[in-house]
Amino acid sequence: MKLKTITAIAAALFATTAIADEDAELVINGDLEIVTKTAAPAHLSDALDEIMSGWRFRSDGTQAMQMDDFDNPGMAAVDGAAEAWATVEGEKGKSCASCHGDVAESMVGVRAVYPKWNEKAGEVRTLAMQINDCRENQMGAKAYGYTSGDMAAMEALLSVQSRGMPVNVAIDGPVAATWEKGKELYYTRFGQLDLSCANCHEDNYGNMIRADHLSQGQINGFPAYRLKNTKLNTVHDRFKGCVRDTRAETFKPGGAEFIALELYVASRGNGLSVEGPSVRN
Amino acid sequence: MRLTALTFTAAVALANVTFAETVAPSDVSFGEGGAIEQSLTGVAGDPVNGKDVIVNKGRGNCVACHSSEAWADTPFHGEVGPLLDGVGDRWSAAELRGILANAKNTFEGTIMPAYYKVDGFTRPGNAYTGKAAEGALDPLLSAQEIEDVVAFLSTLKE
Repeated sequence: MKLKTITAIAAALFATTAIADEDAELVINGDLEIVTKTAAPAHLSDALDEIMSGWRFRSDGTQAMQMDDFDNPGMAAVDGAAEAWATVEGEKGKSCASCHGDVAESMVGVRAVYPKWNEKAGEVRTLAMQINDCRENQMGAKAYGYTSGDMAAMEALLSVQSRGMPVNVAIDGPVAATWEKGKELYYTRFGQLDLSCANCHEDNYGNMIRADHLSQGQINGFPAYRLKNTKLNTVHDRFKGCVRDTRAETFKPGGAEFIALELYVASRGNGLSVEGPSVRN
Repeated sequence: MRLTALTFTAAVALANVTFAETVAPSDVSFGEGGAIEQSLTGVAGDPVNGKDVIVNKGRGNCVACHSSEAWADTPFHGEVGPLLDGVGDRWSAAELRGILANAKNTFEGTIMPAYYKVDGFTRPGNAYTGKAAEGALDPLLSAQEIEDVVAFLSTLKE
């Protein structure tokens, strides 16, 4: 009996260092079922049969951290943002809660449909843009830095309200032109290494590149707590890092290119669950 | 005696000009199937240095994508590119040189970066800074490093 336990522990330790179990299922806190693998959305059916969350490509140890909110280091930021949600800031004497009330009621499903068209502004808006629009125009407060810790935390707070709901980003109608632009960027080879997003994340997901296990580059888990830099990371920060790593001049977080790319990449994950804040390498 | 020495020096200098003239990236001539027949430097490749280029992250970092028994002492081999065991049997030195310089001439659309190419890129950066490149790009590997890697790969026989 004792020997068996030791063997099991040894096996578990070994598994932590081994490559991800791509057949594992993600259930958070024992009851919140997360779809981490499903059929590809129709617009992607020529390229992929199945879409998979980055969670599937991580080691058992990293996967486990996301299965319990007490073990998920990204959840600390959610608590901080919940406080910020109720804190009055800016010239107009308002907090987020002044207009939106209880975040757990008003923000359900919001993260799942962003980026989306804003009719009044006549533009595609990311969640970060909408948060800053509220801060500047409704609250008279200073905008958060686009990839700042405050922004990542607020995005995490909003993501949690949609956890388990399917990503469902619209790709037609008024966003169609931006979506097409994002798609073009996804397949464009940049930099001296001459690499597109697709080269790694469509053609080579599942393969190792040195010690990194290439994922599909899905963003349903953002903001993502990365063990590599021990903080919550926004989507545009990650995009910037990826483009930089092709030895290219990268694009600006919050700029038109990354907004378009975010819309397109988000739509490649239509059907996966919102996971943020996720835990990644 | 002195004259002989001078003549010898002159001969060496001349030899350097004649044989060690490096072919610039834009002057490389790719033959059938993307092969480069002519050495890029005229100096025989050093296989020991070639192996270092392959496994060193700050140099070729070939190991990021390619695995081989020949660099089993380096951990974490990638699997994006083909296994390179026995690659010296499958490709000639000229073919290996061409694949290293610009593999797209041999394999259309390949993910493999071109290691001896300095133009035709979209938004080339200043190395890994994320900033725009300043002035002309250097190739990812020098001409001699390409020759060294070719020399090492040519020793990999089944």
